[in-house]
Amino acid sequence: MLAEQERREIEAELERYPRRDAASIDALRIVQRHRGWISDDSLREIAEFLQMSPDDLDSVATFYNLIYRRPVGRHVILLCNSVSCWIMGYAQLRQELHRRLGIGFGETTADGRFTLLPIVCLGACDHAPALMIDQDLHRDLSPDALDRVLEGYR
Amino acid sequence: MNGERPLTRDMKPDGEPLSLQEYERAGGYRAVRQALRMAPEAITRLVSDSGLRGRGGAGFPTGQKWSFVPLGAEAPHPKYLAANADEMEPGTFKDRWLLEGNPHQLLEGMMIAACAIEADVAYVFLRGEYTLAARRVERAIAEAYQAGYLGRHPFGADRGLELYLHVSAGRYMCGEETGLLNALEGKRANPRAKPPYPQVSGLFGKPTIVQNVETLACLPHIITHGAAWFHGLSRGVDAGSKLYGASGKVKRPGLWELPMGTPLGELLEEHAGGLRDGLKLRGLLPGGASTDFLTERHLDVAMDFTHVEKAGSRLGTGTIIVLDDRTCPVGMVWNLEEFFAQESCGWCTPCWSGLRWAERLLDGLERGQGSEADLDRLEWIVKFCAPGNTFCALAPGAVEPLGSALKYFREDFMAHIRERRCPWS
Repeated sequence: MLAEQERREIEAELERYPRRDAASIDALRIVQRHRGWISDDSLREIAEFLQMSPDDLDSVATFYNLIYRRPVGRHVILLCNSVSCWIMGYAQLRQELHRRLGIGFGETTADGRFTLLPIVCLGACDHAPALMIDQDLHRDLSPDALDRVLEGYR
Repeated sequence: MNGERPLTRDMKPDGEPLSLQEYERAGGYRAVRQALRMAPEAITRLVSDSGLRGRGGAGFPTGQKWSFVPLGAEAPHPKYLAANADEMEPGTFKDRWLLEGNPHQLLEGMMIAACAIEADVAYVFLRGEYTLAARRVERAIAEAYQAGYLGRHPFGADRGLELYLHVSAGRYMCGEETGLLNALEGKRANPRAKPPYPQVSGLFGKPTIVQNVETLACLPHIITHGAAWFHGLSRGVDAGSKLYGASGKVKRPGLWELPMGTPLGELLEEHAGGLRDGLKLRGLLPGGASTDFLTERHLDVAMDFTHVEKAGSRLGTGTIIVLDDRTCPVGMVWNLEEFFAQESCGWCTPCWSGLRWAERLLDGLERGQGSEADLDRLEWIVKFCAPGNTFCALAPGAVEPLGSALKYFREDFMAHIRERRCPWS
């Protein structure tokens, strides 16, 4: 069952569209904000609320890369791998993240603290290389600066 | 050329956004009041006369785009307007500046466009990663509603305008006009076949205009100062000022609002400070990832739609990505094709099959496992993905840097094959 709060937030989105299923992406984002990721159960609950089939909703959920269909850690690191960051030292940053966290892309640290994912251009190309952690953008990074950045996320 | 910077002039040095009061003190929300007194056709004519061309990459004339929207009592309603703030073209970061620095300017531009096409509902379609922009746009929308500038009778007008922020959940395809419409309808962001064009049958089957953020931000200034003034901002054949940017190993990467038609060399040398010490220019992409490479011999090209096209590329988004001599051109093109192959929505074959094939071939070349026959295969893929063979512009754009790299960096590709390794690694 969707929680009262989740339902209220989705209903506010429904007012912005002429059709219920049009709010599918907003609804997925809302539930993910509360639960961290979209489980099969979450998917069915949202689909029912929007009067869609779960399969239809899953085709949407799996298309958009910021919707997580598998559990993620407490913090999600999105490492930009697009061209300007690639030129400016993405590979070294990636290597250092793999080394420090002991995980590859798509994996979560054993303590559940971080999930590491690649992301397309973050629009911070004049301050490359860049990454995001949760809602925060971090720019002008070097492998040495990672300690300080990661420390802020427990 | 009068050297004015209308789009960024009023922004604060600390990057904080202008509040509604501050925006109005700087002259904001006067243009929309003026537009409300004009007939829709008159607004469209003024924008056509101004020579404004879309700043999202394609450069389509804005007034002409609007002219296909049915008007008057017989027109279907609700009509829709979407601001395309799904900035995801690699190497492009210009709309972020406008969204974060002056969101009310965007909202006023949207209100004016809504007047011109008699739109009832407008959306800001924002990529999910732009979290700061989301907070600022959301706040600006709330301020505008509170002031009575949005809602049932904005500025006391008869026609209402509802304006919402839609925060997307990723995928480059959402920036494609019809992909964006599908995403707003809560579907996968596949492209739609045209016709029907969105102006006639777009969002929820109703007449719709999709317009880039920078394009919309130009509108209040065109209404206030007129078409001749807008032409006067430019040094080139296309009108207006333009947000230009530079990334890569230059001394001062950044963004600048400059006259449209500023020469490429001036952008690179004077504004971006030239390449870092000890590095030499090999080439550059003039307007994001999906534009053809240009080289040293193109530095005198005026950065406007017309001249960059004559030079064999596209102005695109106007944000240049610089390739230096210590960075492998084959590796750079591999990175670009990896992006496009990943972001292909899978709707049509040249794109999903061709781009992944190109990426695999480039990966092989970069690892020293390539052959000359691979270069022929890459040339073939460039033709396979040409405009007309695909539903949308993703694949044709994707092969622009590939085709031009094969032309300008042939010797570097050959070195990978001869030495059976990447000479830069």
